[in-house]
Amino acid sequence: MPFSLTHIKIGDWITLLLGSLFTVWLAATLWQGGAADKAVIRSGGKIFREVPLSRDQIIEVPGPLGLSRISIHNRQARIAADPSPRQYCVRQGWLKQAGEISICLPNQVSVELNGGRKRYDSLTY
Amino acid sequence: MAENAMTALLTENQGQGSHPQGVGRAVPVAEATTATHRGKGQTTLDSASSITLATTAADHHVARMAALALGLSVLEAAIPSPLPGVKPGLANIVTLIVLARYGWRTAAWVSLLRVLAGGLLMGNFLAPGFFLSLSGALCSLAVLAASQHLPQRWFGPVTHSIFAAFAHIAGQLLLVYFWLIPHVGLLYLVPIFAAASLLFGTVNGLIAAHYLDAQKRDWVNITTAIQPRINTDVHG
Repeated sequence: MPFSLTHIKIGDWITLLLGSLFTVWLAATLWQGGAADKAVIRSGGKIFREVPLSRDQIIEVPGPLGLSRISIHNRQARIAADPSPRQYCVRQGWLKQAGEISICLPNQVSVELNGGRKRYDSLTY
Repeated sequence: MAENAMTALLTENQGQGSHPQGVGRAVPVAEATTATHRGKGQTTLDSASSITLATTAADHHVARMAALALGLSVLEAAIPSPLPGVKPGLANIVTLIVLARYGWRTAAWVSLLRVLAGGLLMGNFLAPGFFLSLSGALCSLAVLAASQHLPQRWFGPVTHSIFAAFAHIAGQLLLVYFWLIPHVGLLYLVPIFAAASLLFGTVNGLIAAHYLDAQKRDWVNITTAIQPRINTDVHG
């Protein structure tokens, strides 16, 4: 017996369409917010600069201990160098997703990635 | 009816030949129920002093369908899956056919018996996997109870199957979230599960519709249409 599409009635097509739309909507809703488009750099609790991730650059931010160097590369950001003693923020590495944040407490410098929607206050690992 | 159908399921080999009236005839659910009530208390001791439960043809019919569904779920347990939980759900084809032919009550019996016997057979009875199957089956049945009232002129097994598949995965995910993994990271997997539900729901619905249409054409009873296939599978 040939397997044909004649078994599908008009309402079935509608259900199929609605199901597809629902799935696409789920994906659009639940998978967005992952991509970040700008980095917010703070120093001493105040916003020092907001830079887009689209352009690769290195920014030097002054703090009480000295200069923190923030590197933006390939739509990612990291603190490349920092005078803080334990280097936590440097060792955190590249920030990729919106909501990720890297903080150098001793030098009072932080970098946070922002996307379309703020999903978390912070992400820690 | 539960014990009877279960007994019928377990003693299917012996019972097959002795209930010719169960083959080739659809037994209405109401009749099946009254027959069961009449059958209650007929537990007798025979000469070998073993306990025999009186089972009706309807019980055997339900058991046969559940056994078929069980066979399909064992079959698909052998298929490797890229993501735990993404399975074709072939057993639901049987549920859909039974729903279309014999109504929701019989479909519920077949589906739940399959979950119970499947748990025993796969060795995960009362383990998390069993409860995941159960919650999925219960949600599917709840949605099918509503969707079966859609006008038959426009909506066929494909619609029921898609709705049931979505309900199935929704039920499982809810149980996973509230019991096993209470973490929002689960949300990242939801679109994948939804896409799989849509795909397999459609395919299962098409297969069920294919069988039902073929039967409508040939005026063949579901039992005779599917039963020989079991025998060929089992005996070679």
